[in-house]
Amino acid sequence: MNPLLILLIIPLLTIVGVALVKDVTKVRLVSAIGMSAQLVFAFILVYLFYQQRHSGNTDDMLFVSTTMWYDSFNIQLKFGIDGISMAMIMLTAIVTFAGVFASWQVDHLPKEFFISLIILAGGVFGFFISLDLFTMFLFYEMAVIPMYLLIGLWGSGPKEYSAMKLTLMLMGGSALLMVGLLGIYFNSAPDGGRLTYDLTEIAKVNIPLAAQLFFFPFTFVGFGVLGAMFPFHTWSPDGHASAPTAVSMLHAGVLMKLGGYGCFRVAMYLLPEAAHELAWIFITLTSISVVYGAFGAIWQKDLKYINAYSSVSHCGLVLFALLMMNETATTGAILQMISHGLMTALFFALIGMIYGRTHTRMINEMGGLMKVIPFLSVIYVIAGLASLGLPGLSGFVAEMTIFVGSFQHTDMFHRVATIVAISSIVITAVYILRVVGTLLLGPITNSHYLELKDAQWFEKISGVTLVIAIAIIGLTPFWLSDLIREPLAQMIQTLTN
Amino acid sequence: MNWSTLSIMRLEVLLTFMVLYQLIADLSEKENKRAVINFTIIFFAIITMIGFLPSENTTLFGSMYINDELRMFLKNILNVSTLIVLLQSTGWLNKPENQSKTGAFYLLIFSTLIGMYFMISAGDFLMLYLGLELATLPLTILAAFDKNLRRSAEAGIKLLMSSAVSSAVLLFGLSLMYGVYGTLHFSEMALLTDASTLSVMALIFFIAGLGFKLSLVPFHLWTADVYEGSPMPVTSYFSVVSKGAALFTLALVLYRVFGSQPKVWTMTAYFLSITTMVVGNLFALRQKNLKRFLAFSSITQAGFMMLGFVNSDALGLNTIVYFMLIYSLSNLAVFGVLSIVTNNTGKENMDDFNGFYSTNPRLSLIMLLALFSLAGIPPVAGFFGKFFLFTAAASKGMYILVLIAVLNATVSLYYYLLVVKAMFINKNETPIPNLASSGYEKLALSMCFAGIVAIGFVSAIYDYVLSLVGG
Repeated sequence: MNPLLILLIIPLLTIVGVALVKDVTKVRLVSAIGMSAQLVFAFILVYLFYQQRHSGNTDDMLFVSTTMWYDSFNIQLKFGIDGISMAMIMLTAIVTFAGVFASWQVDHLPKEFFISLIILAGGVFGFFISLDLFTMFLFYEMAVIPMYLLIGLWGSGPKEYSAMKLTLMLMGGSALLMVGLLGIYFNSAPDGGRLTYDLTEIAKVNIPLAAQLFFFPFTFVGFGVLGAMFPFHTWSPDGHASAPTAVSMLHAGVLMKLGGYGCFRVAMYLLPEAAHELAWIFITLTSISVVYGAFGAIWQKDLKYINAYSSVSHCGLVLFALLMMNETATTGAILQMISHGLMTALFFALIGMIYGRTHTRMINEMGGLMKVIPFLSVIYVIAGLASLGLPGLSGFVAEMTIFVGSFQHTDMFHRVATIVAISSIVITAVYILRVVGTLLLGPITNSHYLELKDAQWFEKISGVTLVIAIAIIGLTPFWLSDLIREPLAQMIQTLTN
Repeated sequence: MNWSTLSIMRLEVLLTFMVLYQLIADLSEKENKRAVINFTIIFFAIITMIGFLPSENTTLFGSMYINDELRMFLKNILNVSTLIVLLQSTGWLNKPENQSKTGAFYLLIFSTLIGMYFMISAGDFLMLYLGLELATLPLTILAAFDKNLRRSAEAGIKLLMSSAVSSAVLLFGLSLMYGVYGTLHFSEMALLTDASTLSVMALIFFIAGLGFKLSLVPFHLWTADVYEGSPMPVTSYFSVVSKGAALFTLALVLYRVFGSQPKVWTMTAYFLSITTMVVGNLFALRQKNLKRFLAFSSITQAGFMMLGFVNSDALGLNTIVYFMLIYSLSNLAVFGVLSIVTNNTGKENMDDFNGFYSTNPRLSLIMLLALFSLAGIPPVAGFFGKFFLFTAAASKGMYILVLIAVLNATVSLYYYLLVVKAMFINKNETPIPNLASSGYEKLALSMCFAGIVAIGFVSAIYDYVLSLVGG
């Protein structure tokens, strides 16, 4: 059996397990065991992956298995991974693991909560291992729809409004995507032969330029909505702010990466000529995303809104770097996806934990938290520093690579766009340091804070896992860039020819 | 008439016996009709199973009546849907005030079903018209079945008027057709082609006539009122079985008779599809009464079905049939839950469902899956039905139409989520209490549930439909 299927079977078994047990403690326990098993298996998969590579297997995709599903449409259950998807699977496993521990204290309908959360995670895993556009799309929608109940039922603030807005905007995005995918499908055999949804097969085909130009915007924007590209980002601040902790973590940490990954793997890789022709439009939009998101974060007073806008900015940077279409910049983009996924998950986890103690997320109502909850505060500072790109943490590696890569373009347009995007670093520093200053340092503003307790064991597991991952990428980025180098080189070659 | 004829027309014959049985059973003085209900359901279940036995492809009565595997399968879809409706109706029939209507209810339902069989098996437009009338007139009585309710009587009259008009329109189309082709026989007409304005008009009038039954916009005006006024099992029957028969008939005529000259009807379908989807959606957005809501939702779904007609190849017919199969089960699941609630509490507004999940988790989950299936969300069956339907349209290069359709699907997701929101998210001081459902109702819901969950994953079902259509 294909080992990749275990990535789907473990969540499925966990869901069944959660559905069967009765009381809250057992629900938590089963979810934690399931997602820990998933994390362990992800590590085993990395090992197997390297084993295959070292034994001389140089295929683009490893662990490929194909089963015909709908014969008349040539829809296959085709799974397989390369270095990029491997990295994404690791990210998803880590964030889901941390997310389960961060939501340990959910007490309203815990069973339903964990089931929806794991369906979401399962959808993401399925997306990253799919090599068939149909199943990819299926898993994509499966990952999005549980968000409605997760935000609507367990969220805070204007949760019903946010849940509806998020779901409809993302489903609207997937509506555009569907048109794009159908367009790709019906042009997948321009010289006659069988139409296919198979990603690796379509990549070998030259889709006519007219079709590419027509369908590229649909596909790119379709995924771009999920990647929070300006002007389709508006679901993100509301959605993230209203979502419960683990959902914000998974959503900003992983689900938004589906957007970036899809833009690259599907839109740009399969429609390369159109990507070149139309890149300028999307580079403009994404540089606006980067700067606009950063400015948006400055203006916000709610911790979650700050982080949500910062995600818009960082995810904009991912798309921006991908559109630069050279090896350095795209390496940076993948690194940024992983790095942002980890650190934004950490941020949201911490915000959830702080909110659980102070019952407010307004930064001007809080102060001096460093003195009462030092553990959480220190981790917050680490996350902040990673976010503004301090060397030694993951953010620096990613952003540095992106800007070096994008500056390799010598023409005026790319240079200007790069400089505009770079300016976001300064703005990021402003809002991160402002938050750290008012929130953590200074006098304690509320005597009630003196009674706060520092992190509990499950919160420590959640936080420490993410911090370790961030530090590992920051200190030894080469193992990650090794993992993604080969597939990237091959994809960039397709893109530039 | 010999034995082989009898085996070909076995469904019609058996159902006629059922009708006769109802007449006799109604003579009994007994107050309690439970025995009649049990017998009818068991016997109809047997008929449904008999429908799945193999049968030969042939024509009868000078090819007035056509039987082949595809038509048999379409009848089977209708049979299964009717069986589910009958199972759901037990709760309603067991109410004291409805006991006396049992015989008449079954009699009328089965009469319309026989009519629908003849519509599907028709080999001649006269036969088709005969079947259509038989399938329509008893329905008007059914719509007015809650005779003490003003709105039910109104529903009956409205349906009667609009079906009379639609029959007139249809007949006008048929008479023009006869004028152009000189025959009303399917097999003879399929060989002729004609591009005159008159034949275009004839076809459009024919589509309009059936469009009433399918509640396509702009022929939909009766739908919401009739759905709201009719008793719940009848509404359910309208939205699935009656609509299915009209859709199948339209599909068979267009693909089998006018298949060689698709230009007119694909264009008509293109525009009808857009208007139906958009108008159905716009009106569904603000509905508070769930029956009206489902009326507009089913109009929107009819718009999606028309999408398949822009593809005049086997792929189009195939995806239409497949979509209808999935739509039937999804819609019946929604109606099943709704009828359990209405029978026990008399409530049918969206607000009444607030907090439904806290008291009735299983019913809520089935409703959730069914609504997701209608909205086309994976992994439930509706996603596959809709995706393939859109594929059929896209294969003809109609990407703009597909774009309009997918955007409409997103809009429809909004109002389906409103129901989900009511059940799961909204708080309510006095939610609907935990409802007990009878064994029949549970069976009906389990059949729908199994279908909604499984059909998408079992590609063999799609391939089977494809093999029947002959693509």
